[in-house]
Amino acid sequence: MRNRLPSGGSLIDRSTPVSFTFNGKEMKGHKGDTLASALLANGQTMVGRSFKYHRPRGVMASGAEEPNALVNLGEGARFEPNQRATTTEVFDGLTATSQNHWPSLEFDIGALNNKLPRFFPAGFYYKTFMKPRWAWKHLFEPVIRQSAGLGRAPEEQDVDRYEYFYVYVDVLVVGGGMAGLAAAREAASAGAKTLLLEQTEHLGGRLSVDDALIDGKPSGEWISQTTADLGAMENLTIRTRTMGSGVFDHGYAMGYERLTDHAPDTRGPRHRLWRIRAKRIITATGAIERPLAFAGNDIPGVMLASAARDYASLYGVGVGKRTVVVANNDDAYRTAITLKEAGLEVPAILDARPTADGPLPVQARNLGIRVETGTGIAKVKGYKSVVAVAICDQSGDGAILETIPCDAVAMSGGWSPVVHLWSHCGGKLNWDAENAMFAPDPNRPPTGADGQGFVITAGTESGDLATAPALQNAVDAGRQASREAGFTPVERDAPLVIANDEAPMLPVWSMPEQAPNKLRAKSWLDFQNDVKVSDVALAAQEGYVSVEHTKRYTTLGMATDQGKLSNINGLAVLADSLNAPIPQVGTTTFRPPYTPISLGSIAGEARGTLFKPTRKSPIDAWHDKNHAVWEPVADWRRPYTYRRDGETTQQAVTREINNTRTGVSVLDASTLGKILVKGPDAAKFLDLVYTNMMSTLKPGKCRYGLMCTENGFLFDDGVVARLSEDEFLCHTTSGGSDRVHGWMEEWLQTEWWDLKVYTANVTEQYAQIAIVGPDARKLLEKLGGMDVSSGALPFMSFVEGELAGIKARPFRISFSGELSYEIAVPAAQGQAFWDKVLQAGEEFGIMPYGTEALHVMRAEKGFIMIGDETDGTVIPQDLNLGWAVSKKKEDFIGKRAFERDFLQRADRKQLVGLLTENPQEVLPDGAHAVEDGKNRYGQANMIGHVTSTYFSPTLGHSIAMALIKGGSGRMGEVLEFPLAGGKVIKATVVDPVFYDKEGARQNV
Amino acid sequence: MLTLKCPCCGVTAEETEFAPGGEAHLTRFGPGTDDQAFADYLFARKNPRGVHFERWRHAFGCGKWFHAARCTATLEVFGTYTAQTSTPPEELVAKIKAKRPDWEGFA
Repeated sequence: MRNRLPSGGSLIDRSTPVSFTFNGKEMKGHKGDTLASALLANGQTMVGRSFKYHRPRGVMASGAEEPNALVNLGEGARFEPNQRATTTEVFDGLTATSQNHWPSLEFDIGALNNKLPRFFPAGFYYKTFMKPRWAWKHLFEPVIRQSAGLGRAPEEQDVDRYEYFYVYVDVLVVGGGMAGLAAAREAASAGAKTLLLEQTEHLGGRLSVDDALIDGKPSGEWISQTTADLGAMENLTIRTRTMGSGVFDHGYAMGYERLTDHAPDTRGPRHRLWRIRAKRIITATGAIERPLAFAGNDIPGVMLASAARDYASLYGVGVGKRTVVVANNDDAYRTAITLKEAGLEVPAILDARPTADGPLPVQARNLGIRVETGTGIAKVKGYKSVVAVAICDQSGDGAILETIPCDAVAMSGGWSPVVHLWSHCGGKLNWDAENAMFAPDPNRPPTGADGQGFVITAGTESGDLATAPALQNAVDAGRQASREAGFTPVERDAPLVIANDEAPMLPVWSMPEQAPNKLRAKSWLDFQNDVKVSDVALAAQEGYVSVEHTKRYTTLGMATDQGKLSNINGLAVLADSLNAPIPQVGTTTFRPPYTPISLGSIAGEARGTLFKPTRKSPIDAWHDKNHAVWEPVADWRRPYTYRRDGETTQQAVTREINNTRTGVSVLDASTLGKILVKGPDAAKFLDLVYTNMMSTLKPGKCRYGLMCTENGFLFDDGVVARLSEDEFLCHTTSGGSDRVHGWMEEWLQTEWWDLKVYTANVTEQYAQIAIVGPDARKLLEKLGGMDVSSGALPFMSFVEGELAGIKARPFRISFSGELSYEIAVPAAQGQAFWDKVLQAGEEFGIMPYGTEALHVMRAEKGFIMIGDETDGTVIPQDLNLGWAVSKKKEDFIGKRAFERDFLQRADRKQLVGLLTENPQEVLPDGAHAVEDGKNRYGQANMIGHVTSTYFSPTLGHSIAMALIKGGSGRMGEVLEFPLAGGKVIKATVVDPVFYDKEGARQNV
Repeated sequence: MLTLKCPCCGVTAEETEFAPGGEAHLTRFGPGTDDQAFADYLFARKNPRGVHFERWRHAFGCGKWFHAARCTATLEVFGTYTAQTSTPPEELVAKIKAKRPDWEGFA
C-alpha cells in the first residue's frame, strides 16, 4: 500500500487487513476502507475510462457524487455494474473490474475517440449519423451498439433477497452529519418519534474531518457525545448505510438501506426500501464541493480538495506525494494544511482571488506553503496521471507563468448545498450571489395535504456554510419540526461554536477567465458524460437557451450521477454564453432517487410467484396432477386441455370435444364470476345494469344477460338466476367478476343510492362443475339425490338440493350446445364432488375437458366470448344480440347511447360466420378482410377482421367468426383475407351458428 | 403519493389503498336527452389547475366511494365527504373559498 500514510485514518482499522482484487490483481486494504480509498492506497490512480472519449479517469470525490470511479462489482449472480467505488465498503474477497474499455484499462481502442473530438461535439448523435440513410443500419448502429452504454448488464438472475419497510414517524431527519445530529436531538427530546437516516456507515459527516470546538468539545468528541445521547432516546431510530433517496407528496419519503453490501455472506435481505410517512421532514444533506473548469481537470490525480482531505484524514491515504491546491475559497486551505501536516508536499496553493488573508491562508503560509493569489491553472500536464501543472494569471488567456511538477491536484470551486430532497416535491430555490450557489428558499417549501410546508432544511444545506450558523440553523430546524408535529421543544442554551472564519469566495466558472477554445475543449464540466466548457458554449451558440434542452443536447448532468458535480458549473457557463444572469437560466429539475437504487429493492419480495399471485380453483391440485396444460385466464390459471401420453395438444382438444358431443365430459367452471344481488330493489337495480329485463324473471329460472357501458358498448355477459323474489345470483365472465362487482357498487353508491340493494362477490364461495354431453342426465341420476328430469329441471332453470350427498345447486345452462348441468357446490366440497362425478362417470367414458374445447364448442354454436367478439367498441346489436336489449324498459345503462346516430348505422361491423373455400384451412386470428379500392390513406380497403377461428372436429371443417362492415347484409358473399407473404384465403359469409341451429341438443 | 381520509370508515390511508374515479358531481343524462348534453356527460371533463372535486373509492379498505376536494397544483386536500350527495357541503365550500379567495366557486 504505497500511498498509505504512516499515521492517521480515523475510519480504518489498521489491525484488520482485507484482500480484494481489481481487474484480477490482488490488492490489500484495511477494514473501514472504501474501495476508492483502498485503490488509492495501492497507487491505483486510474480506475476507469470515460464514456465518450475513453479518457483515463481517476477518483474525483469521496462520496455519493463520484462521477468517474464506477466499477463492476461481484461475479455471476451477484454481478452489478456502475457501482461507485467511493461508497463501496471494501471487504475480504471483493472483486471489482473497471468499465468502458476494450481490450484493457491500460490500452484502449476507444481512446481513438479522444484524438477525434471534433467529430464528437455537443449533439453529435443528432448531427453525425443522419446521412446517408442506409449507413445507420449497416454502419453506425452496429459500431455504436458495441461501444455504447455504461458498464455491462448482469447476465444471471439476482440471487439476493430484498424487502420493504413501512414506517410512520413524526420527524424524519435525512443526513447524520453535524446538522442532522443536532436537529434529530432537538426533535426527539421534544418527544417526537424521530427517524434519522445516514448514507454512510458513520455519523458525523464533514465534521469528522474539519476541526471546530462545539460547546467546548473538539468535533470528534462532540460527535461521539451526541451520538451516545441519541442512542439513549427510545423515540429515536438511527439507520446508517441508508440513503434518503426521495421526498414525495404529503410527507412521503423513501430510504434505501444497504444491509449486506459490505458483508455479502451475511444472512438476510441485501437492500431494504424504507417507505416512510413523516409529519415533517428535515433535510440535513450538507453541501457538495464543485470542481474548477481548467484544461486537463479530468486527468487521474486531479480531485476535489475535500476528497483529498478526506482520504488523508479518514483513511490515512495520501493521494499524491506532491499536491498542488487550486481554489477560489478559504476552505480548500484546510486540505493544504491537512496534507502538509501529514508530511506530504504541497508545492503551491493557487488562489484565483486577488487576495487571501483570512485565518486559514495565514495558517497555511505559516506552515511554509507557497500561496499564489490571482493565479490559476492553464493546463494540467499528463495523460494517465498528473505530471505537472502550468500556472497562469486567472484574469488572462492562459499564458504560462511557470510549470510546477506534481502528481496530484486538489481543486475547489466552492460549495453547493445538496438541495435535491428539498426540490423533489416542489421546494423552490434562491440564488445566493455571495457564495455563487442555489439555496433553499424557506418561504417556498414543498407543501403537504394541509397546504403547509413539510420539509425543513438544516445546516449547510440551508445555505449557511460556516459551522456556527449552520449548527444554529439545524437546532432551529429540529425545534420547528417538532413544534409543527405537535410537540413542545425543550428549552436549552444555544450551541457555542468556535471555528475558523472564512473570507468570501470568488465565483470562477472558467479558468483562466479568457481561456481560448483550445483550453476550453479540454476543460471538463461533466466528467461522467464527457461534456466540456466548449460543448455548452457551442450549444448556446447553436441557439439552445433552455437549461433543460441544453442538458439533453449536450448530455450535461445525465447518467448515474445526474450532474451532482457538473450542474452549477454547466449552467453558469451557459448563462455566461447567453449573457444572462444565472438565476434566470435556472436549474434542471431534481428528480428522485438522489442516487441510483437497486431494482431489487424496488421489487422487494414481489418477485417470482409472489409478483402476481395466481388465483386457483378448489380443484387446481387435481388438474395439475392430471396433466393439465395451463392457460392464464385473467388472474386465474385454468386447464387448456389435459394431454395424455403420446398426444399432441391439438389431439387432446379434439378428443375432449368428441367425447363431449357424443358421451359426457366434465369442466371445472369455478372461475366463473358469481355476484349476489339482494334487497327489495334488487330487480329494479338489475333492470338498470342489464340491457334486458330481469324483473320479469321468475324465481327458479335463469336468463342470459348483457351489460353495457353508458357508451352502449358491451363489456360483460353471463347467466342471471333468480334465487328468490329479492335475491339474484349474477354470473360474470372469469376475468370480470371484480370489475362487474365494482361497477354495480359504483352505481349503487354514487347514482342510485336510494335503491335498497346489497351486493356481494361470492365467486370463491362455490366450486362450479359443468357436466356436459348427451349422457349428462344419466350421470346425474346415478349420483342421485334429486329429480333432474327435464320436467323437474327444464332448460334455463335451477334447483337446490343434494347430489351424491353433497349440497348442490344445478343450473340447466349450456355454453356448448349440449345437454348440460352446471352444478354449484360449496367450494370446500368442490374436490369431493369432482371425484364423485369422475367415479360415477367412468362407465359413461367421462373425461375432463379444458378451456380450448370449451372455446371450440361455443364457436360451433355461434356463442360470443367477451374479449374475442367484443373489443370495447361493439354493441349488442352488432352481435345479433338485439333480442337481449329491452325495448320496454324506460332506462338502463347504455340505452341513451343506442339513440345516437352512429350506433344505428347499417354499415357497422356486424358478426358473421365464415366458411373457408378450402374447408381444411383455418383462418388466422385477427386476419383482415379487404375489398376493392383504397381507403383515404391509399391503403387496402379493410372491412373487418376475424374474431374467433378454429377447426371444428364436430363438423369436420374450419369455422370462423368475424366482425364485417355491414356483415348482416352480406350473406353468401365471398371475402378475401390477404395474409403475409402474398397468400389470400377466400371465405364465404354465413350465419355464425354452425351447429344445431334450433338448439335441439341442449333443450332435452 | 397522496394520503386521503375515507369519510365512511374514518381511516386515513395511502393513495395505494384507494382507486380514483374522476370528476365528481356529474349529472347523468339518460334516454331522451339532448345529444350534446349526453356527449358532454360522457366525455367533457373539467381539468382545472387548482380546486377540483373528484371521486375516490376506498378500494382496498371498506370499499366505499366518497368525494374529495383537492388542489391539482399543490395537492392540498381541502376535505373528503360522502358520495351520496350531488353538491359539496356548504362548510367545505366556505373553507376552500377562505383559503383560495380567487376560486370561482363550485359550479
